[in-house]
Amino acid sequence: MAEHMPVDKTFKLFIGGAFPRSESGRTFQVHSADGDLLANAAKASRKDLREAVKAARSAQPGWAGRTAYNRGQVLYRVAEVMESRRSEFTSVLRATGMAARAARTEVDRSIDRWVWYAGWADKLHHVLGTVNPVVGPYFNFTFPEPTGVVVVAAPDDPPLLGLLSRIAPVIVSGNTAVVATGGPSTLAAVTLAEVLATSDVPGGVVNVLTGEKGELLPWALGHMDVNSVDLTGAPDGLENEAVAAAADNVKRIVRSDPAGASPYMIGDFLEMKTVWHPIGR
Amino acid sequence: MTTSTAFVPSTGGGPVSTTPVDAVSLEARAAALCTRSIKTTSKRAALHTTIRCIDLTTLEGTDTAGKVASLCQKAIRPSPGDPTIPSVAAVCVYPEMVEHAVAAVAGTGVAVASVAGAFPAGMSAPAVRVADIADAVGRGADEIDIVLNRSAFMAGDLGRAHDEIVAAKEACGSAHLKVILETGELGSYDQVRRASMLAMAAGADFIKTSTGKIPRAATHPMVLNMAEAIRDYADQTGVVVGLKGAGGIRTAKQAWHHLVIVGETLGSEWLNPELFRLGASSLLNDVLMQIQKLDTGRYSGPDYVTVD
Amino acid sequence: MAPTDNPPETFGIDYAPAPESTAVVDIADSYGHFINGDFVEPSSGATFPTVNPATETHLADIADGSAEDVDRAVTAARAAFEGPWGQMPGSERGKYLFRIARQLQERSREFAVLETMDGGKPITESRDLDLPMSAAWFFYYAGWADKLEYAFPNRTMAPHGVAGQIVPWNFPLMMAAWKLAPALAAGNTVVLKPAETTPLTALLLADVLQDIDLPPGVVNIVTGAGATGAALVSHPGIDKLAFTGSTDVGKAIQRIASTRRIPLTLELGGKAAHIVFEDSAVDQAVEGVVTGIYSNQGHVCCAGSRLLVEESIADQFVERLRRRVSTLRLGDPLDKNTDVGAINSADQLQRITDMVATGVSEGADLFQPEVDLPDKGYWFPPTVFTGVQQSHTVAREEIFGPVLTVQTFRTAEEAVEKANNTPYGLSAGIWTEKGSKILWMAEKLRAGVVWANTYNRFDPASPFGGYKESGFGREGGLHGLSPYLRERTGGTRGGA
Repeated sequence: MAEHMPVDKTFKLFIGGAFPRSESGRTFQVHSADGDLLANAAKASRKDLREAVKAARSAQPGWAGRTAYNRGQVLYRVAEVMESRRSEFTSVLRATGMAARAARTEVDRSIDRWVWYAGWADKLHHVLGTVNPVVGPYFNFTFPEPTGVVVVAAPDDPPLLGLLSRIAPVIVSGNTAVVATGGPSTLAAVTLAEVLATSDVPGGVVNVLTGEKGELLPWALGHMDVNSVDLTGAPDGLENEAVAAAADNVKRIVRSDPAGASPYMIGDFLEMKTVWHPIGR
Repeated sequence: MTTSTAFVPSTGGGPVSTTPVDAVSLEARAAALCTRSIKTTSKRAALHTTIRCIDLTTLEGTDTAGKVASLCQKAIRPSPGDPTIPSVAAVCVYPEMVEHAVAAVAGTGVAVASVAGAFPAGMSAPAVRVADIADAVGRGADEIDIVLNRSAFMAGDLGRAHDEIVAAKEACGSAHLKVILETGELGSYDQVRRASMLAMAAGADFIKTSTGKIPRAATHPMVLNMAEAIRDYADQTGVVVGLKGAGGIRTAKQAWHHLVIVGETLGSEWLNPELFRLGASSLLNDVLMQIQKLDTGRYSGPDYVTVD
Repeated sequence: MAPTDNPPETFGIDYAPAPESTAVVDIADSYGHFINGDFVEPSSGATFPTVNPATETHLADIADGSAEDVDRAVTAARAAFEGPWGQMPGSERGKYLFRIARQLQERSREFAVLETMDGGKPITESRDLDLPMSAAWFFYYAGWADKLEYAFPNRTMAPHGVAGQIVPWNFPLMMAAWKLAPALAAGNTVVLKPAETTPLTALLLADVLQDIDLPPGVVNIVTGAGATGAALVSHPGIDKLAFTGSTDVGKAIQRIASTRRIPLTLELGGKAAHIVFEDSAVDQAVEGVVTGIYSNQGHVCCAGSRLLVEESIADQFVERLRRRVSTLRLGDPLDKNTDVGAINSADQLQRITDMVATGVSEGADLFQPEVDLPDKGYWFPPTVFTGVQQSHTVAREEIFGPVLTVQTFRTAEEAVEKANNTPYGLSAGIWTEKGSKILWMAEKLRAGVVWANTYNRFDPASPFGGYKESGFGREGGLHGLSPYLRERTGGTRGGA
């Protein structure tokens, strides 16, 4: 028997639950820390971003319409699938030059981080909502709602923990995400996309674009159907003019800790709705 | 608008319908109208109009011919020293007192109203109540104030409550019929709105808030609610019904805010005794003292108005 | 008949004048900026007039703030932040806020009359809404000053430093109170810029701040128009920005703040849908619609400017609405029986006039009751447009005046779709007696404040603010406190 010839994976985009190539036909090479070619990854274009936003917008009402309990379970299921692919995630991190022990630790922390956020789905309202003692015979309460479609610039470092730490607080409340990645997090992002595709997350809830974040973000910031952009992982040198364009539809711009975890980070992607009703008979 | 309950007017035509009432917003609107500032010429006009719309009332078990005669004199000439002060609309008494009142007000334009129909509870047999009404009319009453059968109404027997008013109206003959809803017992503005429609559909010439025998009577939001019902009834049938607030109206300021509420809801044309009444006893003297204040620029006192 | 020939006087709802006295206010000929605890002359010497929009009479000359004036104010605020205010325990800070609240209560008549003279709003509104709400805002946030560690569990919070705050002309004092109270409670110092057409109550507030011995520099007030605001927004010493006003200006501020990475709160425009179902308490719904669009002449960002009424009752509802609108009393804002006062400025009157002309030219049906507009001053009658389509300009753009558009719908889904079909998302109204429908609607409407079976209610404990292009951040309640705090670095944080 001849030795098994490895079957290399094709690294594609993840949009609306499918894995298309870039409409532009462009690819870029992903190399290991040693300089070996790991993949020709799809290099997303502005039109891919447009399609990803469309997919995210179309998925958003349904995702937000799930019960919080159900979203929590769907997220937990993602952690289960990640756990079963620990070795793959570990090797992806090692390929970026990370030592074996560090890679294993980051994978463990990433899975734990995701589980931690999954549990927030049905507890957010307790921590971030209020019942308000207004003057007069009115029942008045404030509760969080997802802001809508969020474009996330994934941090380069830490590649997997940062990616998950920025995606989880976006989607746990019912937002949908378009994740722009490039560089060290590319392989982790594509692997995560495969996990999402084989778990219970509906298509379009998370869309993954690989390529040049600096090329995609100005289009995201200027897109009038994007509600929020997380610039935590934005590359240096993003033009002021591009950031300023976010004001054209009053986007919520978030800059946060790439590897932090907090319910208040979920809050960065929430709108607070206050409802009044008289108390009478 | 919304057909929560529909009544067919006894006078003919299609069914009339009621709308739900939001208590908090209704009370807020009434409170806003009660911030109307009534000054100078408007105040004097409001005070005169109040007097002209008063049903000066005594409904005591101790009422006598002498007491009623005294009340009637006050009704005809509320302020003996001031000929500009108009008479009140009517005196309101028990059936036993009607003849004394009729004799005392004859020729003055002041009407005689009698409560009847087993006032104030109404808890006698229908025939007894009709006979009571007929008796009061026979004694010369121009106007009859009866109570809604709240027992039937609250039990959901709207047909019975309605038909009894129809029977009362027949017993009145040419006398005007005022139907007291006893709003403080009905439990909600929704029920009052429904009872108002029922009474009007059954032929009431006036709908009236209260007997004066229980608390929470002619509040401003309640009068607003009933004024809106009257407007709805007029819109739907073309029939114009009067409104009487009674019970708890003691000050001139309360009274002119009732005028404001009725005027801004139904129009200034409602602000006359043909369509608006205030059932009261002590109110009149507070109004007279306010007029004295306008005349003299000084605050008056109870020794400068007659007790009755 | 009555025993007299004198016909009794007949009362009607054409009430005699009942003007509030202006003797209680004392307006100076001119006002400087309030910087570091004192009134100071503008560096350029330039001033602009503020007028009474109901009479067009000149009230005072107001200092026109230059970049240099803004710099002086920011410097004073910085010194106060690094000095006494920054060192002060929260319990002491809170007591200053309580003092302000009490002073506003005690001098409320004076403030109310001045607000009405400078801005044109009915005295009943300045007296019964603006002033009580302003005092309540300070009273509410005063109590937070020494409880910040309980506000946001597992976070250690600190004030930003110097907050720049720009407030609009529709609720001049109340908007200043909404901004100042949480900022000060959190421990920030402030440079406040009032709107150029309505600076007087903010300047009277400065008088209060002196009376209560607020340390100099904690609150600084620089008056001026857009250029002054731009100087404040661009000043490198500002750590936090908050703006209430038009969406266009808000976007311009966001462009600057987002590139400079300055935390920002925006409370911008709106085009709120006011949705009335067949099964509503109709008379109260009419009242809510009237309050929603005609109070404060419609100069309200959360005004219910788009009536969506269920088609089955549309004709009857509009008839009731017209009748009710015809009873609105327009005129002297100082008269205690006035319902609709003066338009705030000649510019705003022009905008409303132009928008209404656009509505007519696009084919909507205009209704205005017969009202006598006073000869002097800026006035616009309450206006109802029927036959309005979703594509009409008057149904899409914020008019910020007493102009209501009426559209119909057939199903709750259609109502939601039309209500949400706007770049704005500040507020919405729902009228139905069906509880489950209220909650269903409240969930579906993309708006920060949903009034069900009521409208235009405000409270310091109740968060207020918008979705989408109506802004971000909240004012009021716990949620209104957080924009004035940052997480102290090195603080604890949870999470796996």
